[in-house]
Amino acid sequence: MGDRLFSGSASAAGLLILAVLAGVAVFLIAQSIPALTANSADLPGHKSLAAYIGPLLFGTLLAAIIALIVATPLAIGIALFITYYAPRRMAQVLGYVVDLLAAIPSIVFGFWGIAWFAPKLVPFYQWLAEHAGWFPLFAGPASSTGRTMLTAGLVLAVMILPITSAISREVFTQAPALHREAALALGATRWEMIRMAVLPYGRSGVIGGAMLGLGRALGETLAVAIVLSVSAGTVTFNLISSTNPSTIAANIALNFPEASGLTVNVLIASGLALFVITFAVNFFARAIVNRRAEFSE
Amino acid sequence: MSTPTRTPEAAAASAPLRTGRRPLPRWFTAAVFGALTVIAVVLGRVTDLDVVALVLLVAVVGTIVVVSVTRAVEDGRKATDQFVTFLVYGAFLLAMVPLVSLVSTVLSKGLARLDGEFFNSSMVGIVGPGGGAYHAIIGTLIITAITALLSVPIGLMTAIYLVEYGRGRLKQAITFFVDVMTGIPSIVAGLFAYALFVIFFGPGVRMGFAGAIALSVLMIPVVVRSSEEVLKLVPNELREASYALGVPKWRTIVKVVVPTAIAGLGTAVTLAIARVIGETAPLLVTVGITNATNTDPFNGRMATLPVYAYYQLTQPGVPPQYGIDRAWTAALILIVIVLVLNLIARLISRFFAPKTGR
Repeated sequence: MGDRLFSGSASAAGLLILAVLAGVAVFLIAQSIPALTANSADLPGHKSLAAYIGPLLFGTLLAAIIALIVATPLAIGIALFITYYAPRRMAQVLGYVVDLLAAIPSIVFGFWGIAWFAPKLVPFYQWLAEHAGWFPLFAGPASSTGRTMLTAGLVLAVMILPITSAISREVFTQAPALHREAALALGATRWEMIRMAVLPYGRSGVIGGAMLGLGRALGETLAVAIVLSVSAGTVTFNLISSTNPSTIAANIALNFPEASGLTVNVLIASGLALFVITFAVNFFARAIVNRRAEFSE
Repeated sequence: MSTPTRTPEAAAASAPLRTGRRPLPRWFTAAVFGALTVIAVVLGRVTDLDVVALVLLVAVVGTIVVVSVTRAVEDGRKATDQFVTFLVYGAFLLAMVPLVSLVSTVLSKGLARLDGEFFNSSMVGIVGPGGGAYHAIIGTLIITAITALLSVPIGLMTAIYLVEYGRGRLKQAITFFVDVMTGIPSIVAGLFAYALFVIFFGPGVRMGFAGAIALSVLMIPVVVRSSEEVLKLVPNELREASYALGVPKWRTIVKVVVPTAIAGLGTAVTLAIARVIGETAPLLVTVGITNATNTDPFNGRMATLPVYAYYQLTQPGVPPQYGIDRAWTAALILIVIVLVLNLIARLISRFFAPKTGR
């Protein structure tokens, strides 16, 4: 009797989680319907929903891709450092230190970005605009506050380092000891051992970790909302000017508190788009990481 | 990792055999970087180069010197190995820059208002100096407590289901979607809670409980994942011994499995709380902000520490400095709370771990 009650409530809890996940989708769709069906004249800015969400989507992807490009090599380096380079006794402590980066709230990263990081980058942006201005990404004119798309992407890169390096760390430590020792016994240097025995084994873990990082970067809200100086509706690849597209999440955070009427539904519709994208990214990332896990067991 | 052991004689015999040259002495790298640092310090005194530029200069020049000397004296493979070693060390040191600068920035800017008044007064009637975050701290405590009360039972029961009962498709599905759920953006969780509550309370609803629901969506998967890992560590022999004594399965779980894992579960829950206590975005859209102390989570807006920090920074009032100071102090308190929770979590797992001999 007690047994049935207990197992029943345990599986009910499990099912509840699936229901919540479905509920997130259902309630977001329900609240976006007014925006999806509305006449474009009634929407904010008097343009269609796609024209409203499009530039935001562009900004979201741009910031996340910058973060991904910067963070992945760094995360691999950190994972290798902790697993194979750092002195054994220190490795665990250093692992905790990297994890602390994950513990710091998003809003504090925003504070740090706007007060410390962005001003430090201003001279660098001026230099880029002067010497690399022919390249479309650095066309300038350089922002005088440093609150640019590139800064936002770099802050995001710092924020996703822990998750990407944690997953890479896990697969790197699982690389078979026999392969590693065999490589070393044949006279391989440490790097040759890593290149031949560790990296091929860890490849799918690194890819999965990078994708999980991408998912985080796509959905980061407050850090971007604080750091980025946005102009509504912009679409530009110029990374260092003061005119930047916003991201979906930051746009919601900036506009939702004062929104009313149909604007709320439009913002929820943009949130639905964000949910679909991050869900897809996380779905495939987990599928990759899990396939690795089954294979290695 | 085990390094191959070689006797000194073998090393001495094999090195000349392979390269015909002696390897560089071990102090060489340290000497190069030491000399470069001295030069950089002098340069910094003489010219007005930035610290960052000087550090970069030392790193790049040092790497080039050591790698090319290694290539000349030893061989190309050793030089490549040396180069990658520098890259890996560099990656780690680079990652430490944000952490260190973040903590020091928040400390230096946040200490200005870390006084008694900050903890004792709310923002009612405050224009300019003074004021505090009493109402925000109370709000954060209430909402986090409700979140934990909702998330811990659901998360723990799900973990028990996955470890003790689950099998087949349903178990796989729950495991997978819990993982996917850990990646839901926090702002989406906030919108979900708003979309849910708007049905019952009408447009523009703001209440503490909605914030707790939003945070639970973020916290439950974290609790499930980490407590599942902990429950898996409980040795099967303990369960079997209990069954052999005729104890039913549910009493085995309640009296044997959970008590054995209690330290790990404590760590898991503490870390999960640390994860959600600093969340801003979901509370921004569901709870809002207020200047007064509101202790009723079912009625109206509440202030919370992260949202308070956000508004004090972005809408500091006139003159702005007072609001900005309050924002940094709130950020400092947030970091301290999160770090203390992390520390407590580690201490729990260290001092209350079961002595199973594993």
